[in-house]
Formats: sequence, structure tokens, C-alpha cells
Amino acid sequence: MELQTKDLIQSEIDNNEVCLFMKGTPDAPQCGFSMAVSNMLKILEVNYKGINVLESQELREGIKKFSDWPTIPQLYIKKEFVGGCDIIKEMYESGELKKVLENKEIKFKK
Amino acid sequence: MAMNLKDIESLIKEALPDAKVEIQDLAGDGNHYSATVTSSAFKGKSKIEQHKIVYNSLDGKMGNELHALAIKTKE
Repeated sequence: MELQTKDLIQSEIDNNEVCLFMKGTPDAPQCGFSMAVSNMLKILEVNYKGINVLESQELREGIKKFSDWPTIPQLYIKKEFVGGCDIIKEMYESGELKKVLENKEIKFKK
Repeated sequence: MAMNLKDIESLIKEALPDAKVEIQDLAGDGNHYSATVTSSAFKGKSKIEQHKIVYNSLDGKMGNELHALAIKTKE
């Protein structure tokens, strides 16, 4: 991975409490899995930054190496990788996602 | 690109011999699967670590030959 890509990813994670690396944008997701995670965050009224990995092949491959995770979307909360679509969905359904948001002091609709 | 169900199952079982693996072809297109994997290897590990074990068993095929595999892990 180019250093520039790594720095870009790191700065997105550092500067956004909740950031979602996704295919498409929060308003126009281009993959069902990205849409699913995006919708869960919207329902919880979490303020998040969506980063469209389709804008750059470097970014799309870079984020997989960065997180050591082969799929997209990828959700980071306060600099910590929380999971991809399956894990976030499970956490959403079990209520664990709310707990994580609460523990990390992220505003959301209770 | 696509993978067949049996190949996915045998790759997971190769890495996790005690695993119970249930795979469904969600769309019937050989490209969108869901797998429920039950193994003692997941004990004491976080969800992220558990899913990584499954991804690693697929030997780099995830995200390449295999477009979509929804994973559910159980201890």
C-alpha cells in the first residue's frame, strides 16, 4: 500500500469519530451491504462520515490491508475497527451496537 | 467469478476440522452465500477474530472469487 493511501485512511479515522468505509455514499450506497450498515447508523441517528472506496482503487484495496479485513463496508468508531456488515448487523440486533456507542460516548437516538 | 458451495465448505473444514458448517446459496447464482460456522476454535475470541479465522480459511478467495459470504460464527 502506498504511504499516501495509508495516511489518508489514518487521517479519516483520526478526524471522524464514526467513519464508514463503504461502496457509494450514505445518500447513494452502491452495494447492499454498505447500504445495510449505512441504514442502521441512520436509524440510530449517528453522525458519521461515509468514505466512498469506489472513488479510488488504491483506497479500495488499501483499506482491506489496513484493517486486515477482506470485505467492505468497514466501520470505525473512535479509531477502533468494529466490524463489517455481518458483525454490525448482529450487534445492531442484539443491542450491543448501542452499548458500544454509549461506551464510546457517541451521540445517537436511544 | 464464482465458487461452489462444496468448495467453500471444504476450505472451512480444512482449517477448522471440528466445525459444523451450514452454507446457503442466497441468490442461487453461486456468488452470494451465507455460512454459519460452529467451532470450538472461536472460544474466547472476539467476533472480529472469529470472522478473520473464517476469512483466513478461505485462502484469499474472499473478496475475489467469492463476492459475498455472510458469516455467522458460534462457539
